[in-house]
Amino acid sequence: MIRLEKRPQPSRLWTIVTPLLAVVLTMVVGGIMFALLGKPPLEAIRTIFWDPLFHPQFAGYSRPQLLVKAGPLILIAIGLSIGFKAGIWNIGAEGQYIMGAVCGAAVGLAFYPSESVLLFPLMVVAGALGGWAWAMIPAVLKTRFGTNEILVSLMLVYVAENILASASAGWLRSPEGMGFPGSRNFKQWPAVFNDELVANTGMHWGVVAAFIAVIGAYALMARHIQGFNIRLTGEAPRAARFSGVSPVRIVFLCLGISGALAGMAGLFEVTGPAGQITIDFNSGYGFTAIIVAFLGRLHPVGILLAGLLMALTYIGGELAQLMLGLPGASIQLFQGMLLFFLLATDVFTNYRIRFAKGELA
Amino acid sequence: MKRRTLLASAAMGLALAAAPAFAQDKPKIGFVYVGPVNDGGWSQHHHESAMKMKEHFGDQIELIEQESVPEGADAERVLTQMALSGADLIFTTSFGYMDPTINVAAKFPDVKFEHATGYKTADNVSAYSARFYEGRAVTGYLAGAMTKSNKIGYIGSFPIPEVIRGINSSFLHAKKANPDVEMSVVWLSTWFDPAKEADATQALLDQGVDVVLAHTDSTAPLSVLEKAGGYGFGQAADMYDYAPEPRLSSIIDDWAPYYIDRVQAIVDGTWESHNVWQGIGDGMVGIGEITGPVPEDVKATAEQMKADIAAGDYHPFTGPINKQDGSAWLAEGEVAEDGVLAGMDFYVEGLTGEIPN
Repeated sequence: MIRLEKRPQPSRLWTIVTPLLAVVLTMVVGGIMFALLGKPPLEAIRTIFWDPLFHPQFAGYSRPQLLVKAGPLILIAIGLSIGFKAGIWNIGAEGQYIMGAVCGAAVGLAFYPSESVLLFPLMVVAGALGGWAWAMIPAVLKTRFGTNEILVSLMLVYVAENILASASAGWLRSPEGMGFPGSRNFKQWPAVFNDELVANTGMHWGVVAAFIAVIGAYALMARHIQGFNIRLTGEAPRAARFSGVSPVRIVFLCLGISGALAGMAGLFEVTGPAGQITIDFNSGYGFTAIIVAFLGRLHPVGILLAGLLMALTYIGGELAQLMLGLPGASIQLFQGMLLFFLLATDVFTNYRIRFAKGELA
Repeated sequence: MKRRTLLASAAMGLALAAAPAFAQDKPKIGFVYVGPVNDGGWSQHHHESAMKMKEHFGDQIELIEQESVPEGADAERVLTQMALSGADLIFTTSFGYMDPTINVAAKFPDVKFEHATGYKTADNVSAYSARFYEGRAVTGYLAGAMTKSNKIGYIGSFPIPEVIRGINSSFLHAKKANPDVEMSVVWLSTWFDPAKEADATQALLDQGVDVVLAHTDSTAPLSVLEKAGGYGFGQAADMYDYAPEPRLSSIIDDWAPYYIDRVQAIVDGTWESHNVWQGIGDGMVGIGEITGPVPEDVKATAEQMKADIAAGDYHPFTGPINKQDGSAWLAEGEVAEDGVLAGMDFYVEGLTGEIPN
C-alpha cells in the first residue's frame, strides 16, 4: 500500500527538481498527444522548445520576441506573487492590466500631439495609478466589509473589459479612424512610442521594468521588514497579528503593488508592442501571469525563468502550428499540462511516498 | 538608424525564407484566424473557405494556418513568422489585424497580404470586405413582413459601422414591409457568447418582440426562439438545422470565391493590391433558402429584392432617408456613397435608442 507521509520540512532537493521534472513529463505526455494527432512528436517538441532559440530561419526574430512576450508576464507575476505569499489572492490582474493601459493611454492622448519628453513618464505613472486604483476596490471591500478578494477582483475584470470596449469604440477612438473602433496608434507618435531601446533585442521599457521588479521583489522579500511581514501573514496569520502586523495594511500593500505593476504592464504594452487601445487589447496576460507566478514558485528568480519558459511555449507553439499544422488547442493543452504536472509533482516537496504493508482491519 | 537595421534584418530573413519557397516553386498561402477554426462562426467560415480554396488548387499550393491569434502584438509576431517561413500570400481575417498587417507588410515588400474588413491598404496589402448590409435588407424585409406584434429585435455586437449599417439596412427594409414596425436593439459587446445571446433573445421576447435578427455568430438565438416561439435568421452560416422554423432565411458569409480568385492571381503572377467590397452579386454574401410560413408574395418580393441588389439595380440605401434626428441624409433617389457607409455612425429615422459609445 502506498501512503503519503508529510515531511517535517519541505524538501530542498524536490523544490528544485519538480519544475524540471514537470517540464520533462510535459514533453513526454505532450509528445504522446502529438503522436496521437498524427504529428511527429520529437519534431514537435523540438519546434516548441528549440526552434525559437536556435532555428536559423526564425531565431533571429523570435529570440528578442521572447522578451517582448515574457516582459508583461513577469511584471504582473512579480506583483501577484507578493500577494500570494501573504495569502491575498488577486485573480483580477487582467482587469488591472486593462485599466492601466486605458488610464495611461487616456492621459497621453489628452496631450496629443505633444512631443514633450515628460509625457511618457507621466503616462507610466497614470498607468500604474490606474491599475492601483482598480486593485484598491477589492482591497477596500475586503478590509471594510470582509468580501472575498478572489471574487471581487475577478468580477472587476469583466467591468474593465466593458470599459475597454467603450473606450475603444467611443471616448478614446481615433478621430482619423473613419468611425472604426481603436485609438490612435502610439507607434506613429515617436514621443510616446515605447520602442525597443536597442534595435533587435526586444528590450523595451516594459522589459526593463520587469527586470527591476524582479530585483525589487527579491530585495523586499529577503531583506525588508515588510517582506517578512508579508510572508508571516501568509504562513501564520495569527502570529503576524500578535507581533503587531496590521492585516489591513498588508491587504492594501499587496493589492496595491500587484495592481500598480499590472497597470504598468498594460501601459508598456499599449504604447509598445500592441500600439493602440482596441476592443480586444487584453490577451490574457493577467491570467497567464498567475500560472507564471506559481510555475516560478512565487520566487522572483523563479518567476523570471518561468516567464521566459511560458513565452517560449507561446512562440514555439505558434511555430509548431505554422510548420507542422498542429491545432491551436493542442498547444493550449500542452501549456496546461505544464502547470498540471508542476502542481502534481509539487506533492513530493511536502510529502514523501511510503511503501508500507497494508494494515488489515 | 533603427529602422534601417530592422529593414536589413528583415531583408536577411526574407532572403533566407525565399530560398526554400523558390526551390519548391509552390505558392505558400497563409491564413490567420482570430478564433478557433471550429467556433461555429466567423473564423470557421474563413477556415472552411480556405479549405475550399485548397481543394480547388490541390497540390498546386501549400496552405498554412494559424488559429486563435489575439489581435495586436501577438498578431504582428505571428505574421512575421509566417512571412519568414516563406509565405507568398497571407490572409489576415479579422478587423483587429489591420495595423499589424500594415506594419509587417512594410518589412516584407515581397510578401502579399490580404486584410479582411479593414480600410488600410499598401502596395502589397489588399483590403476585402463584404456588403453584408445587402443581405440584411432581405432579412430585414422578411422580419418586417412576418412580425405580428409589430416589434422586431436586433442583437448587436459592437457599435461599429459594420453593425450599424446592418441595423439601419434591416430597419429600413422592415419598414418597407410594415410601416408600423418598431425595432429594439440590444448591444452585447461580443461577437460570440451563446449564453449572453440567449439571454438577450429572451429579454427581447419578454418585451413583446416576435422576430429577432442577430449580428452575433452563435445559434443560441434560434435555439431560444425554437422553444419560446418567434422567428429568427441564420447568421454567418445557413443554420439550416433550425429550418423551416424558427429560421426563416439566413445571411451566409462565403469567402471561397474571393480566396480562389486571389490565390489564382498569385499562381499567375498577376496579383495587385486593391480595396474591394463585394456583395450578393459577387457571391461573397449569400441568402439562405426562405423557409417557414412566409407567404408566397412576401417570398417573391424578397427574392426579387435579392436579384435586384445582385444585378446592381437596387441599392439598399436609396433616398429619401433621414437621419435619426430628422435631418435629411439622402434625397429622393440618391444612393449612399461607400465612404459614408464605411464610417456610418448614426441611426436612420424611426430607430429609437442611442448608439452606445
